[in-house]
Amino acid sequence: MEQIWAILGIPPQALFGQLMVGLINGAFYAMLSLGLALIFGMLNIINFAHGALYMMGAFAAYLLLEHAGIGYWPALIVAPLIVGAFGMIIERVALKQLYKLDHLYGLLLTFGLALILEGVFRELYGSSGLPYSPPPGLTGGFNLGFMYLPVYRGWVIVASVVVCLATWLLIEKTRLGAYLRAATENPELVQAFGVNVPAMITLTYGLGVALAAFAGVLAAPIYSVNPLMGSNLIIIVFAVVVIGGMGSILGSVITGFMLGMLEGLTKVFYPEASNTVIFVVMAIVLLIKPQGLFGRAN
Amino acid sequence: MKKLTLLAAACALAAGFGSAQAQVSGDVVKIGVLNDQSGPYADLGGKGAVTAAQMAADDFGGKVLGKPIEIVGADHQNKPDIASNIVNQWLDTENVDVVADVPTSSVALAVQEITKNKNRIHLNSGAASSDLTASKCSPTGIHYAYDTYALAKGTGGTLVKEGGDSWYFITADYAFGHALEKDTTAAVIANGGKVLGAVRHPFPGTTDFSSFLLQAQSSGAKVVGFANAGADTINSIKQAGEFGLVAGGQKLAGLLVFLSDVHSLGLKTAQGLVITDGWYWDRDDESRAWAKKFAEKNGGKMPTMVQASVYSSVTHYLKAVDAAKTDEAKAVVAKMRELPINDFFAKNGKIREDGRMVHDMLLVQVKKPEESKGPYDYFKILKVIPGEEAFRPMKAEFGCPLVK
Repeated sequence: MEQIWAILGIPPQALFGQLMVGLINGAFYAMLSLGLALIFGMLNIINFAHGALYMMGAFAAYLLLEHAGIGYWPALIVAPLIVGAFGMIIERVALKQLYKLDHLYGLLLTFGLALILEGVFRELYGSSGLPYSPPPGLTGGFNLGFMYLPVYRGWVIVASVVVCLATWLLIEKTRLGAYLRAATENPELVQAFGVNVPAMITLTYGLGVALAAFAGVLAAPIYSVNPLMGSNLIIIVFAVVVIGGMGSILGSVITGFMLGMLEGLTKVFYPEASNTVIFVVMAIVLLIKPQGLFGRAN
Repeated sequence: MKKLTLLAAACALAAGFGSAQAQVSGDVVKIGVLNDQSGPYADLGGKGAVTAAQMAADDFGGKVLGKPIEIVGADHQNKPDIASNIVNQWLDTENVDVVADVPTSSVALAVQEITKNKNRIHLNSGAASSDLTASKCSPTGIHYAYDTYALAKGTGGTLVKEGGDSWYFITADYAFGHALEKDTTAAVIANGGKVLGAVRHPFPGTTDFSSFLLQAQSSGAKVVGFANAGADTINSIKQAGEFGLVAGGQKLAGLLVFLSDVHSLGLKTAQGLVITDGWYWDRDDESRAWAKKFAEKNGGKMPTMVQASVYSSVTHYLKAVDAAKTDEAKAVVAKMRELPINDFFAKNGKIREDGRMVHDMLLVQVKKPEESKGPYDYFKILKVIPGEEAFRPMKAEFGCPLVK
C-alpha cells in the first residue's frame, strides 16, 4: 500500500480530501443535470437557460434576505417556488410553441433567454457578485483526520442526495410519475384517458427549473451570488448529461457525482487540465457509446 | 483679380501651415476604452472606466486643438484574439488614437504589440503584468496605475517582514497570474522568506477553489498568496475562510484586491487583509470630490483605482496633445513624459522611458465591520509607499530596449 502512495506522489490524506471535495462539486453537477435530463426526457427541450435559472435561484435567496428579511432555510423552499413559477411562465408563453419543431429551436430560444437573464442581472448587480452568509447552524467544520470539512459542504452533499433520490422516486415510483412517463411515450393516448398532458408538461418544466433554483440557493453561501455563476457551470453540466445519457435520470445523477470526483483528482495531479478533463471523457464516451453510459439506444 | 487669387493662395497656405502645426488625424481625437464589460473583471473597470474617460473628455471641454474628443468603448471578453480584432479595426478604419484601460495581462500584451507596430498610444490602467514595461515595453505604451512588481513588493514584502516567511501560491493560469507569482516570489526571497509551492487554476471559469485551498492548507505554508484577480480572488478568499485556513493559523495574501472585490466580499470576510493599492477614493479632499462626482454617474458605486487611473491618464494625454499641437503618437508620448502629473490621482507622477508611470502607492488594510462607517468605507491607509520605492528601478537588465 505504501508503495502505491509513493508512486502516486501524494499522501493518502490529500487524496481523500480531494475526492471529498470532488464529491461536493459532483453534488451540484448531479442536481443540475438531473433537472436537465428531466426536462429533456419529458419536453424534448435542450434547456440552455438552466444555468441562468440556477443563478436566479441564488439571487432569489439574496433578494429575499435583503428586502424581506427571509433567511436561508425558508429561502431554500421559497426561492425554488418563485423561480419554478417563473419557469412555468416561460414554458406557457414561449417553449410551448416549439414542441413540434426541431430541437434546435428550443436550444436557440433557451440560449437567448439565458443571455438576456444574465445581462439583466449583470446590469443591475454588477459582475463581481454579492455576499451571502451560510446560516448560523451550518458554520464551522469538522476535522475528519484527512481533511477539514466545512459543515456547510457536508450539508450540500446530504441535501443533494436527498433531493435527487426524491425526484427519482417521484418519477419512477408514483402514479404522477407513471403518467408523466406515459405522456412522453404517447401524449395523445394519455390525453385520451382524461389526463391533462399540457398541464403536466408545464409542471415538469417547473420542477426541473425548481431543482436548478434549489441548487442555486445551496450554492449562494459557497460561491458569491454572481450573474455569471450559471454560465460557468452549464457547459460542464451539459457534458455530464451527454456522458450519462440524454434523458436518463438516474444516469445523470450518478455521472454527476462521478465526474465531480474525477475533476477533483485532476486538480491534484494536473490542475491546469481540470476544466478540460470532463470534455475529454465526453469525447471518449461519444466515440465508444454514443447514447451515453446509461442511455438506451433507440 | 490676380491679387485676389494670390491672397486666397496665401490664405490657403497659411491655413495649411496652421494645420501642419496643430495636426489632428481624422479631425477627431478618439479614445477607445477596451476592457472586460461582462466577465469577472467588469466591476473593477468595465463600463465605469468608459464613464471615467467620458468625464475626462467633458472636463477638458470636449475639444482639444479645436477638434472634438470622442470616447468609444468595447468589451474584449478577456480574450486576446477578440481584443486584437477590435483594436485593429479601431486603428485601421475608425481613427482611434489611444487604446485605454485594457485589463487582463494576456490581452494587454497583445494590444501593446499592435499599438507599437501601428504607432498609436496604449494607455494602460487595468492590466498588471510588469512585463509591459520590461521585455514587452513599447515607445508608445504607458503603464499608468500599478503593476505586479509594485503589488509583490508592497504586499509580499510587508507580510514577510511581519513573520510570514513561507509561502504557497494559488495562481491564475495565464500571463497575469504567472507574472504576479514570479514577482512575488522574488520579493519573498529578497526579504528572506521561501516559497513552498504553487498550484495553477484555469482562467476564466474556475468557481470552486476548495481543491486548491486544500493543497495550500496541507503545504503548511504560513502565507497563502492569491495571484489572481476579480471574481477569482473573491471566491478564493471566501472559500479559504470556509475551509478554516485562517482559523488554522495561515495568513491570506490577496495580491491584487480592488475596492469592488472588498465590496463584494463584505467586511466580515475581508477584514484584516493587507493590500497594495494605487489609489483610494477616501484619501484626501481632492480624491473624495472626484469620487463623489464619479459615483453619481456610476450608479452610486465608488471608483476603483483603475477607473480613477483611466480618468487621470486620459486627462494627461489630452493635456499632452494640447501642448504638443499634434496627436501623432511619438510626439504626444514625448510630451506626456515631459509633463509631470499632478491631480487627484497622483502627486508629481512621472512617466519613465520604459513607459512606467511612477507615483506613490498605498499600503492599506481592510477595516473591521465595526470600524467602517458604511458602504465603501473599507480601507485604512497603513503607509504611503514612495514611487521610487514602490516600482521596479529602470535598468537595462530587465529587458526593455528603450532603456539604455
